[in-house]
Amino acid sequence: MSNPQQLRYSKEHEWVSAADADGVSSVGITEHAANALGDVVYVQLPAVGDTVAAGETCGELESTKSVSDLYAPVSGEVTEVNEDVVNDPSLVNSAAFEGGWLFKVKISEEPGDLLSADEYTAFTGS
Amino acid sequence: MSEPRRTALDALHRALGATMTDFAGWDMPLRYASERDEHTAVRTRAGLFDLSHMGEITVTGPAAGEALDHALVGHISALAVGRARYTMICAPDGGILDDLIVYRLGDEEYMVVANASNAQVVLDAVTERAAGFDAAVRDDRDAYALLAVQGPNSPAILKSVTDADLDGLKYYAGLPGTVAGVPALIARTGYTGEDGFELFVAPADAEKLWQALTEAGADAGLVPCGLSCRDTLRLEAGMPLYGHELTTALTPFDAGLGRVVKFDKPGDFVGREALTAAAAKAEATPPRKLVGLVAEGRRVPRAGYPVVAGGEVVGEVTSGAPSPTLGKPIAMAYVDAAHAAPGSLGVGVDIRGTHEPYEVVALPFYKRQR
Repeated sequence: MSNPQQLRYSKEHEWVSAADADGVSSVGITEHAANALGDVVYVQLPAVGDTVAAGETCGELESTKSVSDLYAPVSGEVTEVNEDVVNDPSLVNSAAFEGGWLFKVKISEEPGDLLSADEYTAFTGS
Repeated sequence: MSEPRRTALDALHRALGATMTDFAGWDMPLRYASERDEHTAVRTRAGLFDLSHMGEITVTGPAAGEALDHALVGHISALAVGRARYTMICAPDGGILDDLIVYRLGDEEYMVVANASNAQVVLDAVTERAAGFDAAVRDDRDAYALLAVQGPNSPAILKSVTDADLDGLKYYAGLPGTVAGVPALIARTGYTGEDGFELFVAPADAEKLWQALTEAGADAGLVPCGLSCRDTLRLEAGMPLYGHELTTALTPFDAGLGRVVKFDKPGDFVGREALTAAAAKAEATPPRKLVGLVAEGRRVPRAGYPVVAGGEVVGEVTSGAPSPTLGKPIAMAYVDAAHAAPGSLGVGVDIRGTHEPYEVVALPFYKRQR
């Protein structure tokens, strides 16, 4: 698997896209994380308008074997959630970096320790 | 912790890209690709499993049957040659040490198959309990690899690689034969709720057999399957898993499986006194009952989550998973008798602080059409 160069990554295995003209970024979990979870069957996402804080839980992902917390990789206000992934959580497995995005956030603050694609690849050892 | 043990098929699993997991000290395939696809394959076509972590113990001798009658709770000596039985081994206090399948291989030969996590405990207990009998107990854990072919297409697949009389082989029976040129004990048993076979073979023959079955099953939709789908398959079929529904803190009567205890067999057996009392107690004051729960929502109950009713804790989830067949989360749980009847109102599961509504149902969740 390869981690897209244009994204940045948290050590909790979320990715963040570069901000668009309105300062809004997409957030998802990495393919590495999706593979480790196995088939995702349920996602609980923050609501539009919620404020999320970097490093804090903002939702959860259920797979066959376990439930995992979803951590916000950045701080900001949620502007959109991916209803497609709510209806079809398998998108997280089949398209982690694309159609499996989870929510969009207008970033107020981002931590200084987000990783580049190469750093994240080294971090996961894959 | 010592290094996890690897089965004879380890290299093959890795070549297939399996996600491996530590299970009871063994490095086992958890899944090869999608565990839900593997689950569906077993329900509708066929799946191939490596179950070589299971622990085989052979008991031989003129009094082998009597020794097992004493060591286990079932009437083992009454088994006909070629038949198998689901049974349990209990501590003197009646607590369940393990659940087992015993195969009678000959007049004076039985094979006990224990869960990997309990194999040493079972071996030690059977050895100790058989000491006064004219019988020998042999640790055969390294003597066998175990492959399972499960699913509605499994008879056709197996027939294409063996001359053994599979039509004459009933559920819970076993016969020695040759499969794909490999000597095997062919048993019609499984842990999936589907028709299927378990094949005990020498570890050196395991790879050859796996490859032959893979080829034979290619057109019949057979796929390699890991332990993850085995768990959801057995859960849908309402089959207990040791460490979840069965523990040393529970007697077979607590687990609703008192029928495996045969008080009327000849001779004494370990746990008789405690189990007699447990049976009487279960009759007089029904303990928590093992029930099925089906979610109305999508959040999945997990082992250890409290079952609640009217704001009170009335039970505990022992196993839970999203059910691929039902399309909803399901669980097995021990629930107070007052809330255990199917259709009981107001029962929920405390899922990390939120009470989610659940329907109480009779087990199993899934029963195959025969």
